[in-house]
Amino acid sequence: MGKRRKTAILVALPAAVALLATGCGGGGGGAGGGDSNGAVSIYGTEPQHPLTPGNTNEQGGIRVVDELYAGLVGFDPTTAKPYNLMAESITPSSDAKVYDIKIKHGWKFHDGTEVKAHNFVDAWNYAALATNAQINADFFAQIQGYDEVHPEDPKAKPTAQTMSGLKVLGDYEFQATLRAPFSVFPVKVGYEGFDPLPDVFFKDPKGFESHPIGNGPMKFVSYVPNQDIQLTRFDGYQGQDAVHFKDVDIKTYSDLNAAYSDLKGGQLDFLDLMPPAALVGDTYKADLPGRTLNSSLIDIDAIAVPYYVPGYNNPDLRKAISMAIDRDGIIKQVLNNAYDAANSYFSPSLDGNVPNSCEYCKYDPDAAKSAFARSGFTGKLTIASNSDGGHKEALTAVCNSITKVLGVACDFVPQTSLGQFRSMITSHQATGMVRSDWSADYPSVEDFLNPIYKTGASSNDATYSNPQVDALLAQADSTADAAGAIKLYQQAEALIAKDLPNIPLWSEKGTAGYSSKLSAAKLSWKRQPDLPSFRLA
Amino acid sequence: MSDPAVVAADEPELEQIVTGKQDKPRSLGSDAWHELRRKPTFLISLILILIVVAMALFPGLFTHVSPTAADLNHARGGPSAQAWFGYDVQGSDVYARAIYGTRASLLVGVFATLGTVLIGGIVGIVAGFYGRWTDSLLARFADIFAGMPFVLGAIVIMLTLNAPGSNPGETRILSQVVFSIAVLSWPVAMRIMRAATLVAKQQDYVKAARGLGAGPLRIIFRHLLPNTVAPVMVYATIALGANIGAEATLAYLGIGLRPPVVSWGVMISDARDYVAAAPHILLFPAAFVSVTVLAFVMLGDAVRDAFDPKSR
Amino acid sequence: MGRYVLRRLLQLIPVFLGTTFIIYTLVWAIPSDPFAGKCGQRPCPPEYVAKMRADFNLDDNLFVQYVKYLGKLFTGDFGQTFSGVKVGTLIADAYPITIRLAVIALVIEGVIGLVAGVLTGLRKNGFLDNLVLVATLFLISLPVFFTGYVLKVGFGISVSSTAPLGDLIVPGFVLGSLSMAYVARLTRTSIAENRRADFVRTAIAKGLPGSRVVGVHLLRNSVIPVVTFLGTDLGALMGGAIVTEGVFNIHGIGGLVFINIQQQQGVVVTGVVTLLVLVYLAMSLIVDLLYAVLDPRIRYE
Repeated sequence: MGKRRKTAILVALPAAVALLATGCGGGGGGAGGGDSNGAVSIYGTEPQHPLTPGNTNEQGGIRVVDELYAGLVGFDPTTAKPYNLMAESITPSSDAKVYDIKIKHGWKFHDGTEVKAHNFVDAWNYAALATNAQINADFFAQIQGYDEVHPEDPKAKPTAQTMSGLKVLGDYEFQATLRAPFSVFPVKVGYEGFDPLPDVFFKDPKGFESHPIGNGPMKFVSYVPNQDIQLTRFDGYQGQDAVHFKDVDIKTYSDLNAAYSDLKGGQLDFLDLMPPAALVGDTYKADLPGRTLNSSLIDIDAIAVPYYVPGYNNPDLRKAISMAIDRDGIIKQVLNNAYDAANSYFSPSLDGNVPNSCEYCKYDPDAAKSAFARSGFTGKLTIASNSDGGHKEALTAVCNSITKVLGVACDFVPQTSLGQFRSMITSHQATGMVRSDWSADYPSVEDFLNPIYKTGASSNDATYSNPQVDALLAQADSTADAAGAIKLYQQAEALIAKDLPNIPLWSEKGTAGYSSKLSAAKLSWKRQPDLPSFRLA
Repeated sequence: MSDPAVVAADEPELEQIVTGKQDKPRSLGSDAWHELRRKPTFLISLILILIVVAMALFPGLFTHVSPTAADLNHARGGPSAQAWFGYDVQGSDVYARAIYGTRASLLVGVFATLGTVLIGGIVGIVAGFYGRWTDSLLARFADIFAGMPFVLGAIVIMLTLNAPGSNPGETRILSQVVFSIAVLSWPVAMRIMRAATLVAKQQDYVKAARGLGAGPLRIIFRHLLPNTVAPVMVYATIALGANIGAEATLAYLGIGLRPPVVSWGVMISDARDYVAAAPHILLFPAAFVSVTVLAFVMLGDAVRDAFDPKSR
Repeated sequence: MGRYVLRRLLQLIPVFLGTTFIIYTLVWAIPSDPFAGKCGQRPCPPEYVAKMRADFNLDDNLFVQYVKYLGKLFTGDFGQTFSGVKVGTLIADAYPITIRLAVIALVIEGVIGLVAGVLTGLRKNGFLDNLVLVATLFLISLPVFFTGYVLKVGFGISVSSTAPLGDLIVPGFVLGSLSMAYVARLTRTSIAENRRADFVRTAIAKGLPGSRVVGVHLLRNSVIPVVTFLGTDLGALMGGAIVTEGVFNIHGIGGLVFINIQQQQGVVVTGVVTLLVLVYLAMSLIVDLLYAVLDPRIRYE
């Protein structure tokens, strides 16, 4: 999908023009600037799934899928404000249950066929159907008829092939009826799983995977596993978020430090996160003078304190642990100021976040000690996580901070791989606290509550269950008025902050760097390079 | 089987160094001891090893700072009067950690080498001596282990022995690492031993012993071993270093020793992302590894030269 | 000799079967679900997991899985990864650079190690001897990743997968440095011992020129353990060097195996490792045949 990549033309035209003007630096003021037929290379990781919207859910694949496909809704890269990309309009019924969606005319897939309403409906039905076993199937769960194409019991056969809630009303119009009111739906369809697929996909899905065809600003050229993925500009693209260069080479790296030295050496043009060594003492700013940028990622890192671990179902213990963590000290000394300390259960850059809504998220050694004394907890604390990606250093520091304040032993328990780590959590076999980070699928406070804190939710790592919270969340989901819904979500958050199922730690700021080949670039709220903002020097 | 004999035969020199009596004027042991005492490399390495062993046994003698104490305010601080080697990423004293890390690193190095040489030596000499189908069988058996990538084997051993989420204690992690290294690296020692045995078997004194009706055990221990042990010894001294390095490598890849164990490898792996920003975090544990390995290899060289009459 | 080679080739079959089976078992013995981490913080839809398990025969018992795997293998199909990439493609992409790196490392360690070993073995306790001893000590005592980092920072090297040979010299040196020390020391010991052997004395007594004694009689007999070592080492080098490849960002076979072990991509791991074991077995056969060529005292009946 293409949502987040456009540069706010709809929102504020003058701003977009100003951006274009700065984009070409001191050059001369021509729109676009630099070589509009040039090539750039960006950092990437090996995609874990085939490059189709319904089957892509991790950074390495999303990076490619976002450029190949364009969805109904796009997001501003910086503010995460949604705008209509392929959608002409998305009109909810008064109870937020039925959505009438009109799409723009004249959009083409890379094979020349026009994007029509049925391309969306077919793609959604394909992704939701249990027998297609698509990884993003859950995202369609709110659409009426989902339980027929995707029965709860994984062994049961689907009783329908398509969801009854989706109706094609013409070449450029379709209707989505939801099982229950859900006011965040128009934002949720901005997730890449909702992007359309061309007719050719349904004839041969397997063959399509080796040469995906989308409707996005870039089209597929080649994919060499563990080496790179090459895309080139799709000149027939109709969206506002077209790119100002021709080719992009998404280079696959397995080592961040290697990518960083390539960036310094000019063999790589854009790197969306800095290795720890480059962050220390702001080394990266000296290495890349004037070529670094920050963004506001929408994510939160936390540790889940599972209720099923003996001794952990103890509010005082949770408070004691949370208040014993010197978040600011760890961010300054271990995380090199690349994060903001968490003081709520939302990302600070998210619309609807209430600063300081988590009263126990402040470092308070004395209060922590007395809460710990009240808890009567004896034994050892552990925090488990896969140790790559800098988790080891940060969580070891968290443990050290807990030990220092509470005097209780705390060990970081490294897990060899993310798979090993997650299977331990999903099978409820954790023997201590576990890392539980969250990045937004789409920019809404809803995405930070329902999947994590609702009873039995898919990512409820702490196995938290509070009927009051469940009721508030359901009420918020069915409130059509966006502002009213946010208020209810905030009330749910306030209750969660008292129970502390997860202990929020910090949110990443997002730090990127680019080579001197580029004169402008942006990093989106999803930590993806914002290609439309790239200008060649 | 023949383990004790092999151990004894593996290090006859060492035993003789310790027990060698001066009053037997022409014994090999006293000759060697006499020569060794005057070799500066021997004395230097011996002193270094004694220091390292002392650090492993009594870390408290060398530092009063706890290796696990961490103060974030000092994180990545350079060497100073308070902390000679500076502080690591967590603000722990690098010197204290290096001292306390000696024990784990040394244990892994010594036991893994012992295991490697024992398994490899026995299998190698048996294969070389008996030849024919025994040789083929053992050689192919070794091939399976040798062909398997070290890391694959190590990961699988570490993963299958520890349930996900479990937090195994120090001894358990240590023995698992030793086991992984020994099981996966013995084929090299085996091939060297086998090659040496093949050559030694053809020597006249072996043929003579055979002609005189000596049993296979006697031939192996009295005649073959003393003449095949030199190349394996060369390998063992180097392997000891390599195994201390292997411990570091496994930790570096995130599958070896891990907290709460403190070892040089753990320290090096902690430092890997900060080499450019705070080189002292990597430099000091790496120096400890290097100096220790150096001492063992030097000792091995000196002892071998002294006891190998042919090399005089 | 011909019969010996034939017998060894036949022996390859059980070793091949044994190895693939052990590896297959080991990878699936890792006690966690390979698809658990596939959906980030969310658990994967059960249908997705079920389909993947079915596609990769994970629900059959181990033996059936293995036989199915072998059946495919014999038709030349290495299988594919969880994301649908052919394992054959992965190997074809990663192997050339690993072979180039291995050969460079072997040449470096063989040439430098042998020359240093011969020179020091002939003149023991001289200045050169001590210099080489100290140098090898130094190489042995530095961990590979340390040497790697230092040289990488020193030379500012980053290698792409299509790197010309020249770019691989420094990584090759790093990779071969430890073995270079082994080779030098093995050669030195071996030369020093054989110098006193009867056949060398006889050659000298016959009045042969020194170069011929060293070159033909002494060297030929002394390189046997060295050849063993180099052969074994080449087999190991061909298996890829996870650390060296990682430090220099070389996308070789070592990194491929490492990543896929972590992701529990059993099909990839078994495919690649099977190939590595075959290469290794071929190397060890060649080494054994070289014995006979180099040392007339060893005969294969």
